[in-house]
Parts: sequence; structure tokens; C-alpha cells
Amino acid sequence: MTMTSPQVAARAGAAAPQARTSRRASRRSWAGWWFIGPFMAVFALVFLAPIAYSIYLSVFRNQLIGGTAFVGLDNYARALGDQQFWSALGRVSLFLAVQVPVMLTIALVVALALDSGRLYGKSFFRISIFLPYAVPAVVATLMWGFMYGTRFGLVGNINQAFGLNLPSPLSSELVLASIGNIVTWEFIGYNMLIFYSALTVIPKSLYEAAEIDGAGQLRVIAAIKLPAIRGAIVVATIFSVIGSFQLFNEPSILKSLSPNTISTYFTPNLYAFSLSFSGQQYNYSATVAIIMGLITMAIAYAVQVRGMRKER
Amino acid sequence: MIKTLTRRGLLQTSAVAAALALGLTACGGGGNAAPQQTVNSDAVEAALQKGGKLTVWAWDQSLKKVAEGFEAKYPNVDVNLVNAGTGNDQYTALQNAISAGSGVPDVAQIEYYALPQFALSKSLADLGQFGAADLDGTFTAGPWSSVQAQGGVYGLPMDSGPMALFYNKQLFDKHGIAVPTTWDEFLEAGRALKKADPKAYIANDTGDAGFTTSLIWQAGGKPYQVDGTNVGVNFSDEGSTKFAETWQKLIDEDLLAPISSWSDEWYKGLGNGTIATLSTGAWMPGNLVSGVADGAGKWRVAPLPQWEKGANSSAENGGSSLAIPAASSQAALAYGFLKYSNVDEEGVQARIDGGAFPATSKDLASEKFQNTEFKYFGGQKANQIFAESAKNVPAGWSYLPFQVYANSIFNDTAGQAYVSGAKLKDGLTAWQKASVKYGTEQGFTVKE
Repeated sequence: MTMTSPQVAARAGAAAPQARTSRRASRRSWAGWWFIGPFMAVFALVFLAPIAYSIYLSVFRNQLIGGTAFVGLDNYARALGDQQFWSALGRVSLFLAVQVPVMLTIALVVALALDSGRLYGKSFFRISIFLPYAVPAVVATLMWGFMYGTRFGLVGNINQAFGLNLPSPLSSELVLASIGNIVTWEFIGYNMLIFYSALTVIPKSLYEAAEIDGAGQLRVIAAIKLPAIRGAIVVATIFSVIGSFQLFNEPSILKSLSPNTISTYFTPNLYAFSLSFSGQQYNYSATVAIIMGLITMAIAYAVQVRGMRKER
Repeated sequence: MIKTLTRRGLLQTSAVAAALALGLTACGGGGNAAPQQTVNSDAVEAALQKGGKLTVWAWDQSLKKVAEGFEAKYPNVDVNLVNAGTGNDQYTALQNAISAGSGVPDVAQIEYYALPQFALSKSLADLGQFGAADLDGTFTAGPWSSVQAQGGVYGLPMDSGPMALFYNKQLFDKHGIAVPTTWDEFLEAGRALKKADPKAYIANDTGDAGFTTSLIWQAGGKPYQVDGTNVGVNFSDEGSTKFAETWQKLIDEDLLAPISSWSDEWYKGLGNGTIATLSTGAWMPGNLVSGVADGAGKWRVAPLPQWEKGANSSAENGGSSLAIPAASSQAALAYGFLKYSNVDEEGVQARIDGGAFPATSKDLASEKFQNTEFKYFGGQKANQIFAESAKNVPAGWSYLPFQVYANSIFNDTAGQAYVSGAKLKDGLTAWQKASVKYGTEQGFTVKE
């Protein structure tokens, strides 16, 4: 500090005229802040502060006996060796690998059907596919949970009517698939809408050119429609990746119907929730949330990079 | 656009963490505690006359009438009754308020199983300073022992849940099955019922921590030993073994309906003869009346089946106390409310009239209470059975100082026996291990 100060003083003396312009420049930059200030303040408050606070929490440990202590990265080390955390992550990864392709494929087929212009009652079809998305997830899950009942629910009725013995959709083997079914039902309409709106902006002239070249419908889909909506598919996939990793509502509500097949660490979010609200392990819970955030970000980024490379 | 989306992935996840962060627990505990002063009953009386504003956090509906009566009797006191959530939700809010040091209520409803957790962290005032220890004998043994912890009294019992066997008499009569008086007979009745009607089950059970610990309690088991921060967890004692063996048979022979309590299927099953019995606390009748209208007239109450023929042991299932957070600045006034609500004739009677099952020995023994006829149970004087049950709760039971968490992981461990063919005994051992692990992490000295 003392070594540099003569230098600074010398330069300040030499560049006196410049100081005025730089002051004006700084005034200009402050004017800019007035415009983005309100946004930045809200952004800092609701986005940056929670992240900073989570990170702050994650380096402490609070015990019922012994209070709070700084533990550095202990919580992270613990999470990396935590079987329950990994089993939760494995479960949502499996869910992601199976449910997301199924859901997006169905949504894509529906969107292409709508766009084909050959569908009778198009707007009715569109609204009825989209309707499940308008049903709150909690209500949808309660409804499906009731249908899944093997005694008085729909499954029970089917068993009774046809003399079948269908296995309970909430049994250990099927519960993840049953949740996948609910999520697929909820989000097909949403993804369909993303795809459909992307399809509607494709210039009609391309179709005319294809027709002149003698291309059939399937060829049009493969050569024009799919490449044109690749961006929308990437967006929908990223949304779905995030949604899968954050799976919470459906298992959390079904847990009351089937407490033994949905554990408190069924998904990473459910695990974080149980850790903090039943176990009061807020610090470790914050750690789990941060790690999940990083993993989600990494995978979503990978999807984006892969999607963009294809586009070139 | 895509970049923002990916970022949002992190942000949303972190928002969860932030939401969790809001619930940060008390750091030091005693920092905000009001100075402890020895006050006698005169001081409580003086505080009542002087008056003030009292905030009460409770979800029990019967307290509304109590608050009205209290305000009428002590016109200078203004009671603000707040429903801050039921059970765990309220505890979370209370923990938050205590750690924040502001917004702490003067009185809080706390269930017996959760009380040790608050007492241990010095979040509650020891009511011994107001002479609460002299109330020994006022309450039945189960609830009274439940409010004692760390050598002090941390709440006054508000209601209790002495267990009884609720059964669908019509169903038993139809198939000519005798109402079981022991758990062995219960097993036999379950088999007979299944034979007579393959769709009927003797009971429903998908693994319930509160129910399991209550039946172990009844069997004389003491899986939890608590002495300050020294905690013992052991599910291999005789009582626990008795429970595990009998229940294993019920599970293996598929005699328990895999229907979770409080679900739609459960309410239906109780009404239509799918579920034949319900072993639960004396607070149940109100729920049956409102939730299972079909069952009116069909159901009756009997003493809880016994582990040994001729015995008359019982257990508590559920029930709450009223406690005073240590951070309350009006502890004397708050104690006045506790006493009015849970001990004094007027308050207790107001709650009984509101459908509560009291914890006071005197009221349980009163003729009016004992002779109340329940229309739902075909005019049966069910309170006589409940009151008898309340007397026969074995002493010396304690819950863990982290029972809230332990109960939450019951289905992860012991619950597996209900679905996967694992043994219940091993499940209880797994529950024990998980509880020990948590207790150790939380700084307790835990031994198995």
C-alpha cells in the first residue's frame, strides 16, 4: 500500500484533466444503475441471497446437544458417502431415463398430429390434452392415488368387474412407474404445447416445396418439422430433466397412502425435506440441495450442449 | 434463453434449500430464556388480576370455549388463540420462533411424544416454579409421567388417549366370532374372520410408529431409556418381542388390511365391514361420528386385548399437553391459563363438552362422565371402558428426545416388514439402528 501510494499520487497529479471525464463517466454508469437497480435488488434478495445462505448453512452443523459448529466441507463428504442420497439420485435418474423419453415422444406425436391438419375437432383435442396440466399436481396425485386403490379405487373396480387380480400400482415394484404415469399424464399437454407452437411458425413455403419434390408426410416430418423444432425439443428436455430431479409432490402425497413403499429418501428433494422438517438437520439438508442443484445444472447443460451441436 | 433455464435449475433447487434454511433451529437455546424466578400461586393469581395479552398456539378446537370462559373470569386478560398448524407443522413454527427469539407464543400445545424434544433444548419453562409438582395425582399416570422430563414438569396434560378396542359388533355377530380379550384371541378372530369372509380384515395396519410403540408399552416393554442426554434404544426386550411375534403372524397370514389410517379407503373400510377392529386412543369416537357415518350403531368399544390372559394392562396413544415456552415474558399469566384449562373444573368441563377426552383423574371418575351414553355405540357407556384403561397404563414409559424424527423413519425401516417379507423383528432392529445413528449425530450418548 505504502509502496504504491507515491505512484498513485503522481499519476493523479499528471492526469488532472482526465479526472473530470472519468467523473462524468462514473455519473453515467450510476444512471445505468438506477435502471437495473430495482431488478438487481430483487434478484439479489430472492435469488442470490438464498443461494449464499444455503452455502453458508452447508458448512455448519447444528446438533440438538452441542449447538452449532463450523465443520467445513464435512457435510459434503457425508453426502458423497450417503447411501440414502445416492439411492434417491439413482431413483430419479431411472425415472428421468424412462419417463422423460416416453412423455416427450407422446407429446411430440400429439403435436405432430395436431399440426398435420387432418385431425377432426382439433381445438377440442388440443384443450383436452392440455387440461391435465391445469389440474394442480396435488389434486392430480390425490385423484390418481384414489384410482390406484386396489379395494375401492379404479384398479379394485377393474379387478372386480373382470375377475382379475392386478397387482397394486403402489407396491414396491410398481410405485415408481405409477408416479411416472401421473407425471406423464400431467405434462404431456404442456410439452405438446411447446412443440405445437414451434411447429406453427415453420414457413408454409417449405411444405409446398416438399410437396413439389414429391415428399410424403413422414418425409416432411423427418426432414422439415423435426429439425425445425429441435430448439423446442431441447427446451422441453431441459425442463423435464429439472422436473425429474425435483420430483417431490407426487411421492410426498402418495406416501400417506403407501408409507412403506415410498421412503423418506425416495427422491433427493423428499430426502432434503425429511432431513430438515423431521430431522432438523437444516445444514445437511442445504448441502443435499446444493449438490442436487449442481448435478441438475450439469446434466441440463450437457443436454443443451448436445442439442446445440446437433443444430450445426 | 436456454442459459437462463439451466441456471434456474440450480436456483429452484437452492430455493428449496432457502426454504429449509428459514427453519433454522435454535443455536444456543438458553440465550433468550426469561430470568428464572421462583413464583408461587399468589404470583399467578396476581398476574391473572393484573391481566395482559396472552398468545396461545393450539389446534385443539375445544380450547375456543376455554378461552372464552377464561376471559369472562379474568376480564383483564385477553387470549389470542392461534392455530399455527397441527402437530409437526406447529412444532416447526415454534422452533423457528424460539430460534428467532421473537413471535414466541406464551402457551403452546405439544403432543406428549414431542414434549421431551422441547424440554431437552430448554425451550420450555419448568412449571415446577409455579408449584406444578403438587399436581401429582391430579392427572392419570400415563399423561402425568409424559410431561415430566429432566427432573422437571414441562407441561400440564390437556387430554389423553388411553387405548381401547373399537370393533364392528355387527360383523362379529354375523360370523359368530367372539370379541377377543387377548392378542392371541385377536389372531384367532382374524383367522376366523378371514375364513368367513375373505374380503374382511381383523384390522388395518401399514406400519404405524405410534401404534407400535403403544402396543409395546402395553406389553410392558421399555425400548427407550432416557436420562438427560444419555439415551438407550433397545427393541429386543420382552415386551417388544411379544409384539413382534404376534404381529409377524398377523402379517404373514395376510390378516391385516394394507390400508393406511386416515385414508379414504380406511374410512370406507370402517363403514362397510372391511375393517373389523381399531385399537386406538379414547379420542377416536368423535372421528368415527364425523368420518364413518355408516358405522353408527354397528360399532362398540371393548377393553384393549391383553398380552396375558386375565391381565388388564393398557397404554396411551396420542394426547397433548399445554406448555409454556421459556421465552415467554408472561410465564405466570400463562400458567394461570394452563391451570384454568387443564386443572380447574370450568375449563376441563368446557373441553369435555367439546368432545375432548380429559386427563384429570377426578373427571374420569365423575358419574356424569362415566354415564355418558354414546349413540354411535348403540347407547354404550364407553367412557367407563376408557377411564378404566386410563388407570391401567404401565408407568415408566418414555419417548426419545427425538421421537418426532424417529417416528418419521419408522416406515423406512420397520415398515418394510409389511411389504417385502422382511421380519418385523429385524425391522425393529433396523429402526433401532437408524434411531441410534441419528441420536449420535445429534450429540446424544446413545447405547443400544
